[in-house]
Amino acid sequence: MSDIALRAVGLGKMYRIGAEREAYRTLRDTLARAAKRPIERLRHPGAATHASEQLWALRDIDLEVQHGEALGVIGSNGAGKSTLLKVVSRITEPTEGRVEVKGRVASLLEVGSGFHNELTGRENIQLNGAILGMTRAEIKRKFDDIVEFSEIGHFLDTPVKRYSSGMYVRLAFAVAAHLDPEIMIVDEVLAVGDASFQKKCLGKMNEVAHGGRTVLFVSHNMTAIQNLCSRCVWIDEGSIRQSGGAQEVVYSYLGRSAEGPVSGEIDLAHWPHRYGSGEARIVHARLLDENGVMTTTVHRTRPMEVRFVFESRCAHPLHFTAQIVADTGEKLLHLSHHDTPELRPGVLKGQYEVAFAVPVLPLCEGQYKFWLAIHTESMVPVDVVMDVLPFVAEDIADSPRPYRTTASESAFCWTPSHCSISPAP
Amino acid sequence: MSRHSIDTAADAQFFVIERKRGWTGLDLRELWRYRELMYFLTWRDVLVRYKQAVLGVAWAVLQPLLTMVVFTVIFNRLLGVKSPASDVPYPVFSFAGLLPWQFFAGALARSGVSLVGNANLLTKVYFPRLVIPISAVLAGLVDLGISFLVLIALMAAYGIAPTWHAVFLPLFVVLAIAASLAVSLWLSALNVLYRDVQYIIPFLVQLWMFVSPVIYPVSSIPAGPLRVAFSLNPMTGVIGGFRWALLGQQFPGGYMWASTAVVAVLLLGGLFYFKRMERVFADVV
Repeated sequence: MSDIALRAVGLGKMYRIGAEREAYRTLRDTLARAAKRPIERLRHPGAATHASEQLWALRDIDLEVQHGEALGVIGSNGAGKSTLLKVVSRITEPTEGRVEVKGRVASLLEVGSGFHNELTGRENIQLNGAILGMTRAEIKRKFDDIVEFSEIGHFLDTPVKRYSSGMYVRLAFAVAAHLDPEIMIVDEVLAVGDASFQKKCLGKMNEVAHGGRTVLFVSHNMTAIQNLCSRCVWIDEGSIRQSGGAQEVVYSYLGRSAEGPVSGEIDLAHWPHRYGSGEARIVHARLLDENGVMTTTVHRTRPMEVRFVFESRCAHPLHFTAQIVADTGEKLLHLSHHDTPELRPGVLKGQYEVAFAVPVLPLCEGQYKFWLAIHTESMVPVDVVMDVLPFVAEDIADSPRPYRTTASESAFCWTPSHCSISPAP
Repeated sequence: MSRHSIDTAADAQFFVIERKRGWTGLDLRELWRYRELMYFLTWRDVLVRYKQAVLGVAWAVLQPLLTMVVFTVIFNRLLGVKSPASDVPYPVFSFAGLLPWQFFAGALARSGVSLVGNANLLTKVYFPRLVIPISAVLAGLVDLGISFLVLIALMAAYGIAPTWHAVFLPLFVVLAIAASLAVSLWLSALNVLYRDVQYIIPFLVQLWMFVSPVIYPVSSIPAGPLRVAFSLNPMTGVIGGFRWALLGQQFPGGYMWASTAVVAVLLLGGLFYFKRMERVFADVV
């Protein structure tokens, strides 16, 4: 087999903390330092002029992707996944090793790169297409398909600054979806838009992955990885921890991540995995058990409460939700403040705490986490924090069930039911 | 063994990404492949500028026109700076100099911040980084075209006919682009590495105008060491050339060649410096 589309050999990327990665330098400081250096040398001969710590974001990465294969890349935040994609996309240079690619590469590390707010949808399609590497003729040919896919209709000649965030993202993804390179590099860009559009995006990705295209796909959505990719690598602290069949790697990754340090509360002020306009910001969240004690373990059939604190300077009414998401990425439960009809929050400015009390936890044994979200009443995302407050659902101690029913083996959800058995008539 | 030979054959088509050390080639062929992107980014800059400014085109007309009026009142009337040729009045003389000067000043202002302003592109998409400062420079051509029409109107108003020298104007436009790019490449790359460069640029442009023959003719500088120093200014040749081509004034001569040579050296040096620095842009910007 020599039908390799992409190969990495001994790939490494080092950042110097305290030098290049330091916010940025100024000419003034550099000149001042240069002027001082001879004096320092005289004063402290032999002392190191600058100490900088090396950080290997990637080290000794060996990869081979066959032509037409979709390879998933998973790993926790900061493991080096994005650095890998950046090196393969030629955005940043490797420090050691090499990458060899055969064929036209398009990388999609972000949707809407180069979008300009003042320009219309039509103009942005042309601009973004060119940025992603399409030729003018190609953009012209695909223009109608892109417009149709994006569902923006008669807003085509409106500046995108007047678009809702949903429309913006749909347009941006539509352009990207119509690239047809031989090798496609995709970062987590599918966690955008509303549910139906996400489904459409995944459908398109599926088409790409199964259409003989070579794909390198980074995602936190384990379901998407398993559906789209045949093989998967798990990157941990800059090197490959496991590589193999997608199913197998995903399972061992999930098994490990539950061991990590987790607690029943989390400070979200700097949580990176979020999107939205930011007019309100979720800063803290906690999970309480039936006794009101913070926990990471809750019990099937028992009460549970999730609380989050937010700060808002938003001048219109907001919609608060919490979603319980399976560790494999499926969204399972949706809690909305609208389910409490007498609650009419109105415009809230300042700091508030939202509490969702669930009287009966309808989940089978398994690992879950939360998405906490604030939207406007027209469902424009204000702050959506993803993958927080991981918890384990366990069966109650005096469960009437004689053996364990886990989410992965039976089903995620459970509901009170009554069963009767009688002779068939 | 056979497997090995197949691999080697396939290797021939592989594109290799690895660390480059030291000075590298300019790879202008790749830049040429990305010419459409360059076109689109230039187009974006132009579109955004004329869309955002309420005055739009009016701004491109007023800026040089008002500058010319101020120059005429202050330098010509009050301080007695004269146009070197009696048949060319000072307003036309200074406007012909402002044409390339404002193109140059605008190019420096835009391209200086161009890489930092496009940081989101640098960290998310690959393309030859040279595309960004080049398109920032080229975006000024529309303003230059508009100012050029104003100059034609001004010449008509004063009854000055263009001479046959005008056929050489495109050459000097190319020289103006080269001079702007030469300085822009240095400034844009330096601004990524040292973020305070962008604050120095307006000051630099201001000083630079006074040492360029925009307000006064080159002939008013006494021959000798001072004239030699002036000829090292890349803009001296460009402005002299514009005036020669548009107004039929005396051919710039010796200082023109010296100034052009400085442009060539700066441009080549800028290209290599930019190429050397571009590999860290995505990490630093």
